Amino acid sequence: MCGIAGIIYRDGEHDVGRDLTRMLQSMKHRGPDSTGFALYGPVGPQIVVRYTLADANDPRGMHFDERMVGNRREVSSRLRSAGAVIEELEQETAYADRAVLTYDGDLKTLTDLLEDIQGCEVLSLGHSLEIVKDLGDAEAVCSQYGLETFRGTHAIGHARMATESEVDISGAHPYWAYPFPDVAVVHNGQLTNYFQWRRRLERSGHRFQSECDSEIIAVYVAERMTEGYTLEEAMRQSLEELDGVFTYMCVTADALGVAKDEMAAKPLVLYESDQLVAVASEGTAIETLTDGDTYDPYEGEVMVWQR
Amino acid sequence: MAAVGERAVSYDARGLAEPNAVAPETAVVDGQTAELDAADLSIRQINLELRRLVYGLGVTDVVVRNPGSKHSLGVGILTRCRIRFEGSLGYFACGLLDGPEVHITGRVGWAACENMMSGVVVIEGNAGSQTGAALRGGDLVVKGRAGARSGIDQKGGTIITMGSVGAMTGFMMQRGRQVICGDAGPGLGDSMYDGTIYVAGKVKALGIDCVPGEWTDADTEFIERKFRIYDLGSPPSFDKFVCGKKLYNYDSLEPAERKLVL
Repeated sequence: MCGIAGIIYRDGEHDVGRDLTRMLQSMKHRGPDSTGFALYGPVGPQIVVRYTLADANDPRGMHFDERMVGNRREVSSRLRSAGAVIEELEQETAYADRAVLTYDGDLKTLTDLLEDIQGCEVLSLGHSLEIVKDLGDAEAVCSQYGLETFRGTHAIGHARMATESEVDISGAHPYWAYPFPDVAVVHNGQLTNYFQWRRRLERSGHRFQSECDSEIIAVYVAERMTEGYTLEEAMRQSLEELDGVFTYMCVTADALGVAKDEMAAKPLVLYESDQLVAVASEGTAIETLTDGDTYDPYEGEVMVWQR
Repeated sequence: MAAVGERAVSYDARGLAEPNAVAPETAVVDGQTAELDAADLSIRQINLELRRLVYGLGVTDVVVRNPGSKHSLGVGILTRCRIRFEGSLGYFACGLLDGPEVHITGRVGWAACENMMSGVVVIEGNAGSQTGAALRGGDLVVKGRAGARSGIDQKGGTIITMGSVGAMTGFMMQRGRQVICGDAGPGLGDSMYDGTIYVAGKVKALGIDCVPGEWTDADTEFIERKFRIYDLGSPPSFDKFVCGKKLYNYDSLEPAERKLVL
């Protein structure tokens, strides 16, 4: 199961946080366990990093609060030692933070430095991308992180029904394509050559946060793009190289793409107008935005829209 | 969300189950006709209300407003009546019907009219995958396009699609007819046992053991009749596809019986 949704506006910034919350909430029946958002705000010179210091369902005894205080102190000192200037630092929840940095060094080094702290996981990093994911349905996560007022041009999201790994934040989508900034993926389906690709990508130096097959797609596409392929070309190649049944969405700082496997085994409904493009697992999600005509793209299709 | 009956919900950790739902009795009934606003009702409430109207009150014409692409609406209605959905439906819309005439003004999700026994369903918009899956009888008309595996395992009846259809349309179909006015995706009629598929547009690739069939006057009569009934204009020219029967390499004897014969 799982429900995925994406929206891209072609006429500037809108309340994408609110729109995506509505879309995902209407598909709660496809996955009520956890919900994730990958939102693209205005592109700035600074770097936005979202990270967790513990998972949402970690036991709260055992000096949890002291651990969080210690971890936060460690994060700040490591950021400074890496040469980053902390412009803003917000505590979103007891265990999740958002920081805005002025930093021009290597992003992989910075990420590795943070993730070396016990329990710390970088959810997203980039000039525009912000990934928010937590347990519960879309409205719960939206109100917890104040996404109702998030303005941006495009976003993707995921309502998860956990089948093969735990219900926790590290198993929740969307996945950031570590260490490539501003690339994220949501996926509905199963990849059957996951381990093959995981070994290949690990050999070229990538780390994986989870044991979820969807994370492969994010890194795969981002790596192809650094080789010089466009998003669309990278996604077309993925249809040949990734096996299994899937519909996935990939977003970059200025584009949103969807791809469907050659069996058309997983659902996707598409609405397209001059103002916006909305894609989702079910028509009911698109009805929360518009009454316009929708259709199901066919097998093996790759479509990319620029903001 | 779901208003439940007098008894409390016993266990509903995810807030999705609807045990003990009862018909909300919110439809406005006027003699043989009724109108139901489905906006704030759950799936079970809408279906229970439809049953109350057509079985309990003997209503023959029902209009359902604001169905909101909910799943499994209008399923399992086994009596003659007319139902009009003003809007779009989700998955498994109008499945297991026996008798009704249904008109849907919007689109439908996956597996619309799955296992319909008899009746008529007309969909003004597009349809998702598995449209008319395991259809047993009746007519299903999609005015837009349909997704992959249209009429998979079809066992009777007719599916008319005015637009194109996706991959593996008519996969393992056993009887019945599909009329496709647009293009067909790869694997058309793959492993079909019997039945007929008419395609007006291009076929991307035929499936295994699906071959062009010989056109007869009965085909012309059938297509003209269906186009006339549903007011679909003048029919385009079609190619006909049937089963090549190359995969018919089984016999009707059980292994134990075969031993006796030999």
